[in-house]
Amino acid sequence: MTDVLVGIENLSRDFDVSKPWLNRVLENEEKKFVTAVNDVSFEIRRGETFALVGESGSGKSTIAKLIVGLIRPTGGQILFDGTNVATRGSASMRQLRSRFQMIFQDPFASLNPRWRVKDIIAEPLRTFGVVEGRAAWEKRVDELLETVGLSAKDGAKYPHEFSGGQRQRVAIARALSAQPEFIVCDEPTSALDVSVQAQILNLMRDLQDEFGLTYLFISHDLSVVRHMASRIGVLYLGRLVEVAEGKTLFREPKHPYTKMLLDAVPDLEMTGRSRQPVEGEIPNPIDPPSGCTYHPRCPLANDRCKREVPVLKLHENTKAACFALEEGRG
Amino acid sequence: MSDALLSVRDLVVEFPTRKGILTAVDRVSFDIARGEVLGVVGESGAGKSMTGSAIIGLIEPPGHIAGGTISIAGQRIDNLPYEAMRRVRGKRIGMVFQDPLTSLNPIYTIAEQLIETIRTHMDLNERQARDRAIGLLDQVGIPAASRRIDDYPHQFSGGMRQRVVIALALCVEPELIIADEPTTALDVSVQSQIIDVLKRMCADHGTAIMLITHDMGVIAEAADRVVVMYAGRVAEIGAVRDVIKDAKHPYTKGLMGSIPTLMQDSDRLTQIPGTMPRLTDIPPGCAFSKRCPEAFDRCFVEQPDCRPYQGRDVACLLYDEGKPQ
Repeated sequence: MTDVLVGIENLSRDFDVSKPWLNRVLENEEKKFVTAVNDVSFEIRRGETFALVGESGSGKSTIAKLIVGLIRPTGGQILFDGTNVATRGSASMRQLRSRFQMIFQDPFASLNPRWRVKDIIAEPLRTFGVVEGRAAWEKRVDELLETVGLSAKDGAKYPHEFSGGQRQRVAIARALSAQPEFIVCDEPTSALDVSVQAQILNLMRDLQDEFGLTYLFISHDLSVVRHMASRIGVLYLGRLVEVAEGKTLFREPKHPYTKMLLDAVPDLEMTGRSRQPVEGEIPNPIDPPSGCTYHPRCPLANDRCKREVPVLKLHENTKAACFALEEGRG
Repeated sequence: MSDALLSVRDLVVEFPTRKGILTAVDRVSFDIARGEVLGVVGESGAGKSMTGSAIIGLIEPPGHIAGGTISIAGQRIDNLPYEAMRRVRGKRIGMVFQDPLTSLNPIYTIAEQLIETIRTHMDLNERQARDRAIGLLDQVGIPAASRRIDDYPHQFSGGMRQRVVIALALCVEPELIIADEPTTALDVSVQSQIIDVLKRMCADHGTAIMLITHDMGVIAEAADRVVVMYAGRVAEIGAVRDVIKDAKHPYTKGLMGSIPTLMQDSDRLTQIPGTMPRLTDIPPGCAFSKRCPEAFDRCFVEQPDCRPYQGRDVACLLYDEGKPQ
């Protein structure tokens, strides 16, 4: 048994954003593709929380959907405990699926409003045949509700009777019901107020300790990621630019984009640090810059950065994809 | 009268509903000085946006101001007729909302929208107004402003749109800008650019800002003083540094503890038990009493007033004389 639970190898996903066929013929245009995820490789170790951070359009949610199999990759592979997820047939995929679950951002959209909470939580139990018989699953649902800090009698209610934080607890109970090893959390607290966010983050940590869960935690909020993750990957325009241990990344960011991102986070400590003004914006992903996609905004860029695409290489304890680092510029 | 630009006294906003009257803003008082950035922070339903809407006279009926006064530079504006209020909005008070796409009209170019606003409030001809608009776009950091002014809103990115909205709010040099979650829809790197633009513009023009946000980090970066709201009431008002470093109200303490930070290592965040009460279900006495770790018997019956304590104002009976030891 290996230490690695999920291995992502050279994962890519294109989306077709072409105009309709007739327009293309009349206007003499080619098909257009957006590469949302571009040659991404990383691994998630058993029992850790691996976080992906990035701004809008960096491909973090696409990676989440690829991993749980909601969409299929254009290239590369996803290994779950050594088996390739994307190539499995549906029957064996189904069996594998019970071992990973997903928690979505919006607890208002991810729960069926016409179902009672106990049926929502019991669905994976019944689908995967975790328990037999109505009495058994009802008992299990009650336990799950209590595990996530709700009471057993809440099972009879409908989702609209709960607040956002409580709904996210229901979503967590549903994710836990099939006894998964791995949970993909896509911005689980972004729709919540800070005090509720604190409750949910604490709950997720407790559950991790209790059940030995492995998380893939996706967020745009660097402070939340800092709090939750053991290792962090930074995405920019569909590419992984830096992967490091949480503490290392925040203490010594290597990639110029990571540095800029950390600098942009509002400073609650009020140290009065002077900060580098942020230059430019994320380019249009339909027509990304050549070479290193960050070069138009990078203070350290040179001609090589415009021509060649850097790959992740080890610099001390951090993997970063940057020529300036390799050549010791800046 | 003091040198306060905006003065809100005992503001009450009510919504009649089938279940009875709902008090969205309950006796809120604060001042904003000229050129000052006042942050207003609170969680959803705390009444922060409603306070902003009340100031600009844009509360959706059946909601209405049920008590208190709002004055700008000594002149009352809460009881003005619609037309007079329309002149105050835009001319004296500018607005920046969360979603820049909804505050810009999609079927007009940026030029048309800016020039219309400028000419409504200022005595300028088309040419002068256009020059002024280009100058403003340039100041808020839109590259190639003289060319981009003829673009439509959808041709700009989110961050650029918010810059246009700021230019629109500033175009007739208002004394006060009400910015309601101006950076919430934006990425962090763009957020820091927009905060910089807002701060710089206000310093250059001497404009005061009421910055409404749920993000304490934004307040720490941008505001001079902060009002912490809870369930429609003010919990604490003070200098940003005092409130962040040394919160007094138990709610503010809990709120600060629940925010994960980049610097410190902690395994668990402080959590406030329970959730904010619904506005129909606010407990008697202090609204926070049921969740407060330090509540004592008086908290459940008496509603605390906002009183000065160590250089700030706190609405908490712990800092009142009758505190049990």
